[in-house]
Amino acid sequence: MPSFDVIVIGGGTNGLAAAHRLQTSGRKVLVLEQAGQAGGAAVAREFAPGFRTPGLAHIANQIDSRVMSGMDLGRHGLGFVTSGLSSTALSATGDHLVLEGSAGATIRGTISDADRKNWLALRKQLLSFAEVLAPFKQLTAPRIAKRAGNEYGKLARFGLNLRMLGKADFREFLRMILINVYDVVNDELTDKRLKGLLTFDATLGSWLGPRSPNSLILLLNRLAGEGAGQRAALALPKGGMGAVADAMVKSATASGVNLRTGATVDSLLIEDDRAAGVRLANGEEVRAKIVVSAMSPKTTFLKLVGPRHLDAGFVKRIGDQKSRGAAAKLHLALKGAPDFRGADLKSRLVIAPSDDQVELAYNAVKYGEVPKRPVMEIVIPSAHEPGFAPAGHHVLSAVVQFAPHKPKAGADAARAEMLENALAMLEEHAPGIRALVTHAELLMPYDIEAQYGMVGGNWHHGELSVEQMLFLRPVAGIAQYATPIEGLWLAGAGCHPGGGISGAAGWNAAERIIREARA
Amino acid sequence: MNVMRNSDPRLHYLTPLKQTPFHPRTAAENRLNDWGPWAGYTTALSFGDTAMEHSAIRNGASVYDLCPMVKYRVTGRDAAAYLDRLTVRNASKLSVGGVHYTIWCDDAGKVIDDGTLFRLGQTDYRICCQERHLPWLLDSAIGFEVYIREETEDVAALSLQGPCAWSVLNAAGFDVADLKPFRMRSFPFDGGELMISRTGFTGDLGYELWTTPAHAIALWDHLFAAGAPWGIRPIGTHALDIARIEAGFIITNMDFIPVDQAVREDRARSPFELGLEWMVDFDKGHFTGRRALLKEKVNKSSKWALVGLDIDGNVSVEGSIIYHNGKTEVGTVTAACWSPSAKRNVALAQIRRPYHETGNLFVEVYALRELQYAKLMLPARMCERPFFAPPRRRATPPGPF
Ligand SMILES: Cc1cc2nc3c(=O)[nH]c(=O)nc-3n(C[C@H](O)[C@H](O)[C@H](O)COP(=O)(O)OP(=O)(O)OC[C@H]3O[C@@H](n4cnc5c(N)ncnc54)[C@H](O)[C@@H]3O)c2cc1C
Repeated sequence: MPSFDVIVIGGGTNGLAAAHRLQTSGRKVLVLEQAGQAGGAAVAREFAPGFRTPGLAHIANQIDSRVMSGMDLGRHGLGFVTSGLSSTALSATGDHLVLEGSAGATIRGTISDADRKNWLALRKQLLSFAEVLAPFKQLTAPRIAKRAGNEYGKLARFGLNLRMLGKADFREFLRMILINVYDVVNDELTDKRLKGLLTFDATLGSWLGPRSPNSLILLLNRLAGEGAGQRAALALPKGGMGAVADAMVKSATASGVNLRTGATVDSLLIEDDRAAGVRLANGEEVRAKIVVSAMSPKTTFLKLVGPRHLDAGFVKRIGDQKSRGAAAKLHLALKGAPDFRGADLKSRLVIAPSDDQVELAYNAVKYGEVPKRPVMEIVIPSAHEPGFAPAGHHVLSAVVQFAPHKPKAGADAARAEMLENALAMLEEHAPGIRALVTHAELLMPYDIEAQYGMVGGNWHHGELSVEQMLFLRPVAGIAQYATPIEGLWLAGAGCHPGGGISGAAGWNAAERIIREARA
Repeated sequence: MNVMRNSDPRLHYLTPLKQTPFHPRTAAENRLNDWGPWAGYTTALSFGDTAMEHSAIRNGASVYDLCPMVKYRVTGRDAAAYLDRLTVRNASKLSVGGVHYTIWCDDAGKVIDDGTLFRLGQTDYRICCQERHLPWLLDSAIGFEVYIREETEDVAALSLQGPCAWSVLNAAGFDVADLKPFRMRSFPFDGGELMISRTGFTGDLGYELWTTPAHAIALWDHLFAAGAPWGIRPIGTHALDIARIEAGFIITNMDFIPVDQAVREDRARSPFELGLEWMVDFDKGHFTGRRALLKEKVNKSSKWALVGLDIDGNVSVEGSIIYHNGKTEVGTVTAACWSPSAKRNVALAQIRRPYHETGNLFVEVYALRELQYAKLMLPARMCERPFFAPPRRRATPPGPF
């Protein structure tokens, strides 16, 4: 067995990004991935004979620009069928509203002039705020402490960007940064479909409702992302999200990274109180001086490291880190094209009839219940290109919210109820769709946890919310990728800047490791 | 009358202080009605004459009601491993029937509390300490198979201290002649059980006696009957405080502020800063605060030192500010007394490093003399603790005095 300088646990997009960056810095890197294929939530899957679907993630809107160019993903096969995916706020009467261009630069559909005008003003404001926040994604979260190793140059640029907003906008920025999205949309808009869409987008992947404090910042975070190199754009990779996983694997391997799949890490080897390698589930030991965990922080510490190697206060903090998932993933094999009352199947179809409906759907999970009328985001990959379903057939991929991560009714009953309620919502918006379904699969948050290892099934490996952001992510004291165990680093979505098919956390972590090694 | 036993829990506020199981006896003896609160209990500060009570500790036999001492029981398969991770000492090495003094720290290596750890069985320990810690103890239990229960109210305990303590126990029918310091032994008593440990807070020959509240009064009466020939007498906290200063022992919230209660960030203290580094076992594996303490050790970054002082004259210096060279403020006296046993004017003090090594220290005292203050700058010398350490405290078998 050759020796390695670095072991990366978890070959998700963050693990692969970190591995590539560290390998190209001159280190020998081994990635250990438990699944049969690396790529984590980006890996595509055949869920019914002849039907392929993105495993979890189905839209690219967060891919880190450094990862895109640093890993040269284009050269390794990543292309996009579209980088300007439109969003359709579906109406049950066919009166749809279509937002086109990045973050809805234009709106098609019947909407009042006032709303149209106010939306454009609000969009501009939100985008300017997002522009201020965007650079944060590409740096280690700063800490308020002496010798914290803050990236002062980049932070100064952030300060400058803030100043560039001008006095009035800066005041608005401070007013709005911690506000809830419900108040913001209701201050500016009246159209239910538009408000439904915006509040859906803000709470996608979170455990917050539109009225929960701080929910606007998640919308800003979303807008601060990039799809195919464009701010706030939604992109669909050619060949589906699986293509991102494939390109990253190819690039990492080409750079010299060793990748082992089917290798589940069971525990961290600790010698002289520092990381010495890992032990696999089959008992095998692999040694390296640097171990980078690109899986959930909670599992990393509570299981791989174990409380006995950690301080009690730290264990408590990690144990209390919130990691509730509320996004379920629905996959349907359809024997024909569904008809969403004339909506373009190449659009991102959103069923979120109003901001209040989004709130009501969230309300249920607070009590461990399944919402009567869930809200959802639908992508139909087979409408864009062949290769996802047999000719004439279609694949529907939807993120359905909000699903309880610990249902009162029990796992199976809740899954069945969620599926039924989701199908009923679909039928309401696309009459006849149920008759087209030949196979249906619904992954509840706990199913996602079991299959992907995301604690609580949470999108971000730990909720992304103000109290778990920046220097508080994943928890205070370990926000700069280093951990209390020397030689053990974090690099997954549980770290700053959070989740999404992005690689930002992994890249940041690698940069930090390289920098600390030099210091 | 015993209003505290009122069955309606909502009326607890009517009796903000509880009475210990020995209260019927201590109340009858408390001639000055001199009481103070301790951990939620009414306890005697003195029974009539602190000098006589201190004299009983050093020359006869004294009895102190220990019930308010906070007690936790730790049991379960991982009890030893749990305590190794919780405290800085090696709890696995403590043998069954043994006791050791210990401390525990937070993640930053700052002291939360000190206490004594009793190993009652292979997987059965008792922690006795000054402050309450259930949340911290439970947080520390994550990942361990242990059960933690507060048992303060389920245990009635007395401390029997003084050169004649062994004679009293002997007369009371408990054979502890070969019981070494920091060891314990159980006896049948009053239809129940009495556990006797050779421990105490006086630095003298002494024992602590542990039973359940149901046998408390019987224990008191039995001890006082057996101890009468040696002038056994109850003592209050004031007398004990003098004895513990003579012995150089520190008390949480008096000689240092526990980190979980400190409001000011710079008040937290590490074991190095309290003179307790001797008990930190860096080789036993990980424990809470280990990494921070190791860093402090390697970087020599301790900021404070807890020292014993010997001060000129006989004016007790409690609460005084300490100066280097009579000018620079370098610390505070945390406890002080004129020691009747050592015949010295002694103090415990926190001193900012490196002044614990420089010497040339002075203590500023305002001595109140018939309504007028005399400002004194008394020279003080650093000295070893304990200030008073009679060989009898360790002699086994103890001599009959
Ligand atoms: C339902 C749902 C829908 C989503 N949709 C989108 C979307 O459309 N667009 C988007 O950008 N984001 C989406 N996300 C979020 C995105 O999928 C995650 O944030 C992202 O995958 C995080 O990347 P990662 O590399 O940090 O972790 P992961 O992708 O989770 O990768 C972690 C890897 O570690 C491996 N692993 C875990 N434990 C071990 C172990 N013990 N030993 C070895 N390997 C191990 C796992 O198998 C996995 O491959 C969605 C999330 C969910 C839950």
